[in-house]
Amino acid sequence: MQLVDHQKVNKRMSFRIIVNRISSIIFFLSTMLGLVVLGILLYRVFSQGFEWINMDFITGKLSTQPERAGIMGAILGTLWLMAVVAPVTMFFGVGTAIYLELYAKKNRFNGWLETNIANLAGVPSIVYGILGMTIFVRALDFGNIVLAGGFTMSLLILPIVIVSSQEAIRAVPKHLSEASYGMGATKWQTVRRIVLPTALPGIMTGAILSLSRAIGETAPLVVIGIPALLIPFPGGIFDKFTVLPMQIYYWTLDSSLVDEYANLAAATIVTLLVMLLIMNATAILIRSKFQKQYDN
Amino acid sequence: MPHPKLSTSHKSSVSIRDMIEAKKSSRQLGAKLEKGIPVILLLIALVSILTTVGIVLTLFTEMIEFFRRVPIMDFFTGTVLKPLSQTPEFGVLPLITGTVLSSAVAMAVAAPVGLMTAIYLSEYASERARKIFKPMLEVLAGIPTIVYGFFAFTFVTPLLREIIPGLEATNILSPGIVMGIMIIPMIASLSEDAMRSVPNSMRAGALALGSTKLEVTGRVVIPAAFSGIVASFVLGISRAIGETMIVTIASGSSKNFTFDLTQSMQTMTAYIVEVTGGDAAAGSTIYYSLYAVAMTLFVFTLLMNVLARYVSRRFREEY
Repeated sequence: MQLVDHQKVNKRMSFRIIVNRISSIIFFLSTMLGLVVLGILLYRVFSQGFEWINMDFITGKLSTQPERAGIMGAILGTLWLMAVVAPVTMFFGVGTAIYLELYAKKNRFNGWLETNIANLAGVPSIVYGILGMTIFVRALDFGNIVLAGGFTMSLLILPIVIVSSQEAIRAVPKHLSEASYGMGATKWQTVRRIVLPTALPGIMTGAILSLSRAIGETAPLVVIGIPALLIPFPGGIFDKFTVLPMQIYYWTLDSSLVDEYANLAAATIVTLLVMLLIMNATAILIRSKFQKQYDN
Repeated sequence: MPHPKLSTSHKSSVSIRDMIEAKKSSRQLGAKLEKGIPVILLLIALVSILTTVGIVLTLFTEMIEFFRRVPIMDFFTGTVLKPLSQTPEFGVLPLITGTVLSSAVAMAVAAPVGLMTAIYLSEYASERARKIFKPMLEVLAGIPTIVYGFFAFTFVTPLLREIIPGLEATNILSPGIVMGIMIIPMIASLSEDAMRSVPNSMRAGALALGSTKLEVTGRVVIPAAFSGIVASFVLGISRAIGETMIVTIASGSSKNFTFDLTQSMQTMTAYIVEVTGGDAAAGSTIYYSLYAVAMTLFVFTLLMNVLARYVSRRFREEY
């Protein structure tokens, strides 16, 4: 008995093979599409902005004249912002992660807490901006200073830091802490001397990556109301400030009025991307250098 | 040589008692610490709940004030948004169409390209190619949105205007496309995760029956990973709805109620930026309209995120 009609199968075979070949090419090309756009984007920004970058541009003050404009104020503002966001998110992010991973019992409240964090991660950044404007800038009357922006950004990236720290803590093998308990150590001693030091590279990597997201964010700071005026360099966390993305935003908007502003925006983008590159490279370095591999 | 402590015998008994006492008190301190730490950590963890409460409360209370001044039906069914005119009108529909259209354009780009990228990376690419392409896609995901906004405004829009003559200098098409490019890595990576978790034995079974790779992908892998793929699409939509800077820069601020992609339109996020950037006086109706729009946005994205989690849990095929 013949179950398979060979002729019929053979007839369709070459068609199926051709479709398979073509579709594999399409899949490859669509992967390339994203990368090609990335290439065009980077090429455009660098070719437009690179020749505008020099020492005067980096160290200069903002100016309405494109030739004299500099972004030192925005660079300092970005650094001060990081000086607020980094410790605040590390404290609350790692604290929450320790609680959830090592202390929290499996009950309804803690499950709800985790769901809440997952939902917060999906809230648009501009909503955090409104929260920051209402609470920090107006209700607590900080004004639009570094501290208000920093707290807002901290809340924004907190869910990401919590989740990445949780993953880092979860990756610490059980037998390390069991050995510690076996030696008579208490829970907190084990957490502080065994779990945290082992998880630290992973925690740092996640924290740096989320911090690099924070310094590229614009929307919350626009809502908080960072002025487009020429303000003096910020000297601390209680000063008014501007950051690199804000400067890109204003210059891009005004590029329809003054053509050179587009070049200034591109040059500022190059500066921002270089900062992000340095941070990401640091994160990757930490991950590859300090993270030990354990066999669970 | 006798032990120094033993040699002064009359003092030693006292010092040992002291030592026991000291040990006791330090142990009590340790015990207090052990009990206190979880409480402190719980308080720290409560910050994220406070954030949620803060968001909901601020949006809600200020929104209530807005609906005291503008009837709720006028807001949700109004097709005219003229906040600055003498007789202001606050219809949110122009903003909703702007948001939905830009997200639809974004998804028209991101869903097929993202899915096909995921298929290539999961099913076709060699391990070496994967190691090269995945980090490059992550770079694409790591670029700040303001940079995409700049790119849309100074490159994509002028380019599209060469092709489509009627295109305005600010329109919803160009930021939509650029948003789509921005979302590709997210959809690709989430869908790829879902497809890679399909066990190899299922692929092997289909291949052994004589299927081509495409047929394995289309009839075995994608159906098995379907819930994860749908979840990635829903999260992509949520991301597009909440995206701010690209649309603020490239889609303009005219509050047209239209479905014409070549025209300038405003999204909910861009409206919020415009109102806050324009220093709306606290207490004015425009200022309160901000919260009503933000609440709408918040509910939209929250529903999307909940839906994504529900889909990926409820419809997951377990192997």
